[in-house]
Amino acid sequence: MGAELVTEQSTARAAVEVSEHIVEIVSDSGEGAQTAGQMFADLCARSGNGIWTVEIIPAEIEPPSRSRAGASGNRIRIGSSRVTNAGDEADVVVALNEQVLYSRIDAGALRPGTIVYVDKVWGESRDPEVRARYVEAVEDFRRRGYTVIETPIESECRKRTKDPRKGKNMWVLGMLCALYDLHEGTVRDRIAARFGRKGAAVVEKNLELFSDGFRWGLENLEQRFHVHAVPVETPTVVMNGNQALALGVMAAGIEVCSMYPITPATSASHYLAANFENAGGIVHQAEDEIAAIGFALGCSYAGKTAVTITSGPGFALKTEFLGYAVMTELPLVVVVVQRGGPATGLPTKIEQGDLMAALFASPGDSPKIVLAPATIEECFHLIITARRLAEDFRSPVIVLSDANLATGQQPFAKPEPKEAWLAGPVDQSDWDSKVAPMAWDPRTGLSKRPIPGQRGGQHVLTGIVHDEWSHIAYESGVNQRAMAMRSRKFAALASALKPPVVHGDPEGDLLVVGWGSTLGAIEEAVDRLRADGRRVSSLHLRFLSPLEPGLKEIFQRFRKVTTVEVNYADDPDAPLINDETRRRSQLARLLREHTLVDVDCWGPVPGSPLPPGQIATHLATKLDELGRES
Amino acid sequence: MVGLKTEWEIEPAPRECTLAEYKGAEARWCPGCGDHSVLSAVQKMARDKQIPPERIVVVSGIGCSSRFPHYMSAYGFHSLHGRPLPVACGVKSRRPDLHVFAISGDGDCCAIGAGHWVHAIRYNMNITILMLDNSIYGLTKGQTSPTTRLGRASSTHPHGAPLPPLNPLTVTLGISNVSFVAQTVDWNPPHLSATIRAAHDHEGASFVRVLQRCPHFTGDVYADALEDRSHVLLMEHPDGIVLEPAMRERLKNRVDHDPRNLGEAFQLAARTDVYPVGLFYRDPDAVRYDLVTAHGLGKTPSEKLGAIEEAIERFAI
Repeated sequence: MGAELVTEQSTARAAVEVSEHIVEIVSDSGEGAQTAGQMFADLCARSGNGIWTVEIIPAEIEPPSRSRAGASGNRIRIGSSRVTNAGDEADVVVALNEQVLYSRIDAGALRPGTIVYVDKVWGESRDPEVRARYVEAVEDFRRRGYTVIETPIESECRKRTKDPRKGKNMWVLGMLCALYDLHEGTVRDRIAARFGRKGAAVVEKNLELFSDGFRWGLENLEQRFHVHAVPVETPTVVMNGNQALALGVMAAGIEVCSMYPITPATSASHYLAANFENAGGIVHQAEDEIAAIGFALGCSYAGKTAVTITSGPGFALKTEFLGYAVMTELPLVVVVVQRGGPATGLPTKIEQGDLMAALFASPGDSPKIVLAPATIEECFHLIITARRLAEDFRSPVIVLSDANLATGQQPFAKPEPKEAWLAGPVDQSDWDSKVAPMAWDPRTGLSKRPIPGQRGGQHVLTGIVHDEWSHIAYESGVNQRAMAMRSRKFAALASALKPPVVHGDPEGDLLVVGWGSTLGAIEEAVDRLRADGRRVSSLHLRFLSPLEPGLKEIFQRFRKVTTVEVNYADDPDAPLINDETRRRSQLARLLREHTLVDVDCWGPVPGSPLPPGQIATHLATKLDELGRES
Repeated sequence: MVGLKTEWEIEPAPRECTLAEYKGAEARWCPGCGDHSVLSAVQKMARDKQIPPERIVVVSGIGCSSRFPHYMSAYGFHSLHGRPLPVACGVKSRRPDLHVFAISGDGDCCAIGAGHWVHAIRYNMNITILMLDNSIYGLTKGQTSPTTRLGRASSTHPHGAPLPPLNPLTVTLGISNVSFVAQTVDWNPPHLSATIRAAHDHEGASFVRVLQRCPHFTGDVYADALEDRSHVLLMEHPDGIVLEPAMRERLKNRVDHDPRNLGEAFQLAARTDVYPVGLFYRDPDAVRYDLVTAHGLGKTPSEKLGAIEEAIERFAI
């Protein structure tokens, strides 16, 4: 096949060099646009391009076909160097029907000039209503300024297969490879790897469809692009954030993942369910979210490290046990892959709305460690950190990921697992029975715990106020001391952290503070503005509890500080909203309290990742206001 | 030891655990509370079986009976209201060497923790579940519990409980993969001890309901049985709870019941005219989830690293 393609390539149009491009593939659910998108991203990454992907997911498994809300697919941003976020509007969209394209238009994913390849089969439908809607839509797309290319996707596939619904995606993948001047080199292997389990006939059929699409593209595409790629030389992996979390769980030597199904967290557990046992771990699917954390705490008490993985509504159910873990100083890693809230909210969409819940959920004072990975790579490494912190500080550690990281794919340096990352064996040596099970170091609040099986270490954990022997004690002095010791641990941790690094100049007009998956988009926005000479920098936090040190000092070097985060804040210009009534985004509230600096915020909740262009526009407005004030 | 005469080898003195070694803080239950007899039965059994105290983990929920672990000298986990069973299952999941007891009450198990009860029975991990049923919320001062009798007045239903009580036995027997269901009473220590011993012997989740009196709120509920022993129906079988002949003789109302017979177990468990005691059901062949959760135990660090490297390699480009 390779030789055949290379000769034909000479008849194709020359590809235009571009530094980056954003491509979307959308279809009805079940037509495989996600598979095609993931494979296209994978091929680009393998050829040495930077990539970032975003899944476009409907709320149902197979919603009615040709419906706006049913759009399923993938956005892939390809660059000639590292790509850190999903970018702004798409350059190219392939739509398997015109209705799903509307959902992308509604989401603001297109701009005038976007090239749209839409399957023209609907214009040939026997159903006059379908035909009419197609014709009407194509006219509308042209009016909106898109470059519409009606493409014979289904009719071409029909030449090869009776059921094009099950093969269109490979044809589209072939066409995209032609469009982006990708050589088919490893495609055969990738298709075999992807469909091998379904048998040789399926692999062959997919290869044929891919090849048809590729050939059609070379012969018919008026315009082709080339995104310069630097061949990968250092060991690199490509995966999404949930896969990275799951691998992090394995590399941390965690033995038990106790979970209950919830979107968008569950795919991490799916990965573990298929792969954990080889690394000596198990997935326990509990009867509910409460049981999932209870089971994990049981494991942890017995000396085995455990993680529970959930999303907002599940996290809400876990909060009583979380307070118990704080009270009894039980190590536990809790991963919260955030989605939109409150209640069921936006189950498949991104939001960063659980920061306050993570910090303050549980009655009473319940300090705990809260971390937030900002990249796919950090999803892997922060789990290893979290496991160690949980044990060293005898504390639950919450890792706040989000739907953007969960499904986004990005290449990063291949991790080299180390034995030191793994949890050690369970200590079963005798315990000096004169040492209390919570023998708090008076300076740091830290202590070591006996594990069941250690002779002499018998004690009873209790959620009731207790002294260092874990003996129930209602006396006020005991409570005061125990609270202080449990709180002191976080001061001890904070004192070991380094101040965050400022991206851009260490001083200026505006400092943008972010956390979680917005890192790439914020820094790109800041870089664009800085290229225009604006005095703006940014700072991204990974530790949210305890906060990284030195923030006040950093903030004071800027005229204004604002957060950019994907959780709700009142628009300051809305009716009734003033400085007193305005409800601010969550990190902003935390930073205001922590630094006593008048930190502003921008908290849009579109249910999709914030594009760097929108962030830049917002920051430019803020900078303009500052300019007018001075 | 090479080079030494065998008679020179020093045998460490065998460890002998005394009853005192299983005793924790002084029990603070009210005088006359049935919990005292359960505690002493568990301690004696542990001593008789010489289970090292550090290998025992007692997990409880919230309520009077859930103070249980504090009064043992063992590892204990006094958890949250309704949640001892998930914790107990978690403890057992990767530590087959530990003897895990879950102590719950009628409110803890059958109301707030009912979801976990159903699933823990189905998981059938090798743990001993003691449900100390005094048919009232004692610690919070006398509210109706799921097992409070119809019409009995309480702080939350001063005109009497409006609904018939939930039968924890028929519910448990109705759960798929159930493997051990027994009932005993706090006023018959030999039967209580024999039942707890059989429950611990059983390899799987053993569910024991202990009928108890709360001296403050339900001291009178079993007056009929205390007055006339024929209100207690002793279920007998060589595979069941076996009593000393003298003790057996004192209970005249007896019935032969094969604990493999689930249908008959249901009928006995549903009886309201007598208090059946003994073993309703035992299935030694039920699937044990603790054998599943123990998969992968004992992997060496290098085996783990190898598996992790291989997993990462699959994402390499």
